[in-house]
Amino acid sequence: MSNEREFYWRRLHSLLGIIPVGLFLAQHLVVNHFATRGEEAFNSASHFMESLPFRLMLEIFVIYLPLMFHAFYGIYIAFTAKNNPKNFGTLRNYLFILQRFTGIFLVVFIAWHVFETRFQAAIGAKEVNFNMMEEILSNPWMLGFYIVGVISATFHLANGIWSFLVSWGITQSARSQQIATYVTLIIFLALSVVGVQALLAFV
Amino acid sequence: MVTATETKKVQFEILRQNTPESEPFWEKFEVNYRPNMNVISALMEIRQNPVNVDGQATTPVTWDMNCLEEVCGACSMVINGRPRQSCSALIDQLTQPIRLAPMKTFPVVRDLQVDRTRMFDSLKKVKAWVPIDGSYDLGEGPRMPERKRQWAYELSKCMTCGVCLEACPNVNSGSNFMGPAPLSQVRLFNAHPTGSMNKDERLNTIMGDGGLANCGNAQNCVVACPKGIPLTTSIAALNRDTTVQMFKDFFGSDRMVD
Repeated sequence: MSNEREFYWRRLHSLLGIIPVGLFLAQHLVVNHFATRGEEAFNSASHFMESLPFRLMLEIFVIYLPLMFHAFYGIYIAFTAKNNPKNFGTLRNYLFILQRFTGIFLVVFIAWHVFETRFQAAIGAKEVNFNMMEEILSNPWMLGFYIVGVISATFHLANGIWSFLVSWGITQSARSQQIATYVTLIIFLALSVVGVQALLAFV
Repeated sequence: MVTATETKKVQFEILRQNTPESEPFWEKFEVNYRPNMNVISALMEIRQNPVNVDGQATTPVTWDMNCLEEVCGACSMVINGRPRQSCSALIDQLTQPIRLAPMKTFPVVRDLQVDRTRMFDSLKKVKAWVPIDGSYDLGEGPRMPERKRQWAYELSKCMTCGVCLEACPNVNSGSNFMGPAPLSQVRLFNAHPTGSMNKDERLNTIMGDGGLANCGNAQNCVVACPKGIPLTTSIAALNRDTTVQMFKDFFGSDRMVD
């Protein structure tokens, strides 16, 4: 896939990871957090999201298409790297590797998550509500899978924001990149707390 | 003068390869210790008496070298896992057995000798020079501020040694990424008052195949660079320049340099 247009594909990949995929993730985790206020609060929030006008269009253009491009081009990027943590055990090299591992894991996790929730609802087998998630997460393996999935996603987004800032030439100096590391670390921790709290509310 | 140090030995494990296509294999050597030895003087000892640790006669180990003072880049190899120059790798500072391997990011010619042609091809591709040739005298170019010259001098220390390419996880047989060194040269020549007259050409080249976008920000290059060149800062600065260039190319009314 290496060709003259690679630069633009990479930039698009970097941009889509933040807008809209990253924004959607933050929104998704925040709406999930209604679960901590009880079943009724979660169901009414999820009902509000479901009854947004132009829902199908929003899903296709804000979620499915950008996410699929980011996922499939990301797999190609992940497999072009030849990792060397043994010889270069620096934080950035580990984050580079972790970004690729979480990316691959997220393709699997999100595919399963979409199948288990949206697809099952689309074929009319299930309804997306509090009970559905309660049922899924009553299995401790599934709860573990979901916690790892959410933390992978928040890490991938936070570290992705860091490399977005470098890839677009916003943070150039070593100092600005260092500060961006701290800021994205806070984003990672904050979103992880929001996401995991919501998951535990179903248990 | 017979002292205990003369019987002290230095252990080596060298990854050898007879031809570019043949299978590599490890061979062990033992060299008499001398004070202030470096990896090259040890390799010279082996060349004088090419016998491995089992006492078998073998072929002398092949490697590249030239300046012997860490400015030419020719003697780069992987020493105890780290790519670096063998001339400045002092035996006293290395843990033994000292493991020597070629920088396999490049095609191996023989033993520790590699072919760095791809780097020189990249420098040609990005036009890492100031074009001043013409059919008449072009006269003096614009002056460079002294502070900028001092800054640019740091970038000009690059000796095309290949260590940053060896350290980079994204430079490998599965990718055609040109690597950090030629990219940083684009920044150097785009900063030059005369060189900047062609900066859009250089930027457009690194926005092409195997260029800037392949960087994954693992930032091993800046750790590995023996000359301390701020390679990741160069890459981030070029990311900004290409962002601007991208919008200029698309939305701009013409293709002026500035």
